[in-house]
Amino acid sequence: MRLGKSTADIFDRRLSQATSLPGKPKWSKLKEKWIARILFFCGFFSVLVTIGIIISLFSEAVGFFLRPEVSIFKFFTGTTWRPLLKTVSPDNFGVLPLITGTLLIAVISALISVPIGLGSAIYLSEYSSDRLRSILKPILEILAGIPSVVYGYFALSFITPLIKTIFEIWLGLEVGFFNALSAAVVLGIMIIPTVASISEDAMRAVPRSLREAAYSLGATKFEAVSKVIVPAALSGITAAFILAISRAVGETMAVTIAAGATPQVTLNPLKSVQTMTSFIVQVSFGDAPAGSINGQSIFAVGATLFTMTFIMNVISDFVLNKFREVYE
Amino acid sequence: MLQENNLENIITTKDLSVFYGTTQAIHKINLNIPRNRITAIIGPSGCGKSTLIRCFNRMNDLVPSARVDGEVVYSDQNIYGTEVDPVHIRRQIGMVFQKPNPFPKSVYENIAFGAKINNYKGNMDELVEKSLRQAALWDEVKDELDKSGLALSGGQQQRLCIARALATEPELILMDEPASALDPIATLKIEELMQDLKEQYTIIIVTHNMQQASRASDYTAFISIDRTRIEERVGVLVEYDQTSKIFVNPAEKETEDYISGRFG
Amino acid sequence: MIQSKKEQFRENLEKRHSAAKFFYFLLLICLLIGFFTLSVLIIDLAIEGGPWLRSQLFTNYHSRKPEEAGMKSAIFGSLINLGLTGLFSFPLGVGAAIYLEEYAPKNKLTSFINININNLAGVPSIVYGMLGLVVFGRMFGLFAPDSWLVQLLNLPVGKGALGGLQFNLFNIPWLEIRLPFGRTILAGGLTMTMLILPVVIIASREAIRSVPNSIRDAAYALGATKWQMISTQVLPIAFPGILTGIILSLSRAIGETAPLIIMGAFTYVPFLPESLWDQFTVMPIQIYNWITLPQAEYRVHLAAAGIIVLLAVLLSLNAIAVFLRKKFEIHWS
Repeated sequence: MRLGKSTADIFDRRLSQATSLPGKPKWSKLKEKWIARILFFCGFFSVLVTIGIIISLFSEAVGFFLRPEVSIFKFFTGTTWRPLLKTVSPDNFGVLPLITGTLLIAVISALISVPIGLGSAIYLSEYSSDRLRSILKPILEILAGIPSVVYGYFALSFITPLIKTIFEIWLGLEVGFFNALSAAVVLGIMIIPTVASISEDAMRAVPRSLREAAYSLGATKFEAVSKVIVPAALSGITAAFILAISRAVGETMAVTIAAGATPQVTLNPLKSVQTMTSFIVQVSFGDAPAGSINGQSIFAVGATLFTMTFIMNVISDFVLNKFREVYE
Repeated sequence: MLQENNLENIITTKDLSVFYGTTQAIHKINLNIPRNRITAIIGPSGCGKSTLIRCFNRMNDLVPSARVDGEVVYSDQNIYGTEVDPVHIRRQIGMVFQKPNPFPKSVYENIAFGAKINNYKGNMDELVEKSLRQAALWDEVKDELDKSGLALSGGQQQRLCIARALATEPELILMDEPASALDPIATLKIEELMQDLKEQYTIIIVTHNMQQASRASDYTAFISIDRTRIEERVGVLVEYDQTSKIFVNPAEKETEDYISGRFG
Repeated sequence: MIQSKKEQFRENLEKRHSAAKFFYFLLLICLLIGFFTLSVLIIDLAIEGGPWLRSQLFTNYHSRKPEEAGMKSAIFGSLINLGLTGLFSFPLGVGAAIYLEEYAPKNKLTSFINININNLAGVPSIVYGMLGLVVFGRMFGLFAPDSWLVQLLNLPVGKGALGGLQFNLFNIPWLEIRLPFGRTILAGGLTMTMLILPVVIIASREAIRSVPNSIRDAAYALGATKWQMISTQVLPIAFPGILTGIILSLSRAIGETAPLIIMGAFTYVPFLPESLWDQFTVMPIQIYNWITLPQAEYRVHLAAAGIIVLLAVLLSLNAIAVFLRKKFEIHWS
């Protein structure tokens, strides 16, 4: 509470005069304070979001695990996931099929997205002219912007028939209409732009002097790229790989459409599987009531999913920063 | 230019000009570089000395807008001829850069790199040791060949780069201001090294440091801006002679002005 | 060929050059795969969906008769959802960006917030759906008839489908509030806001960061307060970049399906939502629904037509963003 004139008042008045605002010094200082507070709240809000995510997932998951029909041990070790069966027993709530389904698709998709993404990045950073890059990069960006549902449609309309042709007709293997491979292929294509973008950044960061050294020793372009540049960018490329798997693990609609809903532990990508994400979606379509066992099961699965992707993202960041190559 | 008698030339340029896009960097340079000698290229900055030296191993090819006119003759062939493979040339002509640029690999792997990609069939360990000895680095790193090249000091890194270039057993070594990023002691080591190397190799060195040129080289070429078109900053060969003559009694006034520090 | 004098270097130049060429060829294939996918997709959509881009698609609701089916409510729902998301994420995201760039001290809390935002950007979108379900949709069950809050405060909650607390804010008739938000378009907008918030913050920060410090110094030198400096100088300059970032985030949001399904958007909505408290659906959900139906008219043709509409909206948003960026780009000399 300021009584009488003080230097602060005079200064404030000069301030408001200089900035030609109706001078009300006390008001303007109060205003600044409140604006700073509001902005801090906005900044802090993201922390609230994270807390919200953790509370939402884990409180319901805990509720799920506290149910008598569920055993947390059997949840993480059981290989049968039949939550809709009439007989509700812990044996039917083993999450491993969902995890293996998720990982099977994620790993195969990474086998597609990483080489192709890396190859695209190498071409963009080492081979292409500026003009070509200005055409190719937008194409990659468009690819990245296509929604997951559309990729699901693409899987059913093009990829699945193609896989059936190759594996069933040419190779005589049994291929389900819904199969993990179809989902993995489409997911791989979807993630190419992410891998390409991170890898390209990593390679651009390799200093020109290293390239010059390689060429001056009589290396062909392939040798310079494969023996000097890519190894020098390895931490970024590894981070891209981990991120690719993390993204594939978290993807929902394309896998739900293409891979089906058959939770089973299998390494055969020609079969139908169910991922953690597609299970959650399946239950959500079914209008399970809030407190029911299925309604809560999605949170247990969701918490598992969140933990997996969180760990992978942290590892990816760690690899990127801790092992960032020092060139000088 | 005066040459010692019976001196063979290793590489010769004939009316060599280089353009980056529409800008000309150097104009009609004619140089005969003698074998087993150290030739220094001096001149004010921005005159095309680096451009010139990079013509010798076709490193200018890496710049998309670069265009080369004239000839560079090595082993009786114009290396800019259409049948010549730059990859092949670069094995035989080594290069050391201004800032040491060892690969982020071990000392051993740095040296072995050039040999490996050229399918070296001999004993790699021997080659690595020989190259490090020639670069006066062997005693300092012989017990730590697995250490990363980047863990060495600046001067050591540069000698590592020299050893790396020597490992492909070139005839000619190009050095683009190799000591400008180093302290005086490291610089001196490099200059001593050059004297030892010249028995077996030929060295062309670009340098800003005139004391270095007068100390270390046998022949000196002075490149400066073409006086007839100063704004375009095109490099031309002003004078080329034995170092002793250039620094004591230069023929051109421009050379004398530069050497005495009146410009540049 | 210039003869090499050292026999120990059997250079195999030919082999190495062929290897280099082969490698180049492989790289081209990598690039072409993306290009090929796009082409096949576009052609397929054009063939299967093109003929079904009729007025019914826009004027009708979903129907059991494919010839009469349309996505009117989905289009409308998507647009409203988009508007709400933009409305909520703009102040929150830009506010956070301003705080982090202009106000935040360099301490542990700030770096924690930074790490946190980067982590949130990598969380799968389905998790945001679960967040939306619990926090906005159900509000942790605080307004269920048997919750402790209801018992404690003796709140007049309704039972059954239209359960929860309903009241009018300040007793204004049309300012109706319902708690929890339930499976409404309001909850949907809030859910998507959470999803795109990290990206909006990151993009806005970049835009603010690109304003040169000389501008800030000049404003201070003239006696401006911090907020005056930000609101009159920094924000107007950063605004195009911020807007571009938001529009690009919205274009990603419009294609999201899973979060809205989880949080409770409906699949079949035969009406247009008229208030924030109505049920809703969005285009990707409608498309997904059609893909899962057995008849080819739905899962191939209508789905393709729906996708064309969705991609058209997406492309327009992107085009607007790029246009705005180019138009308002300031070239600092």
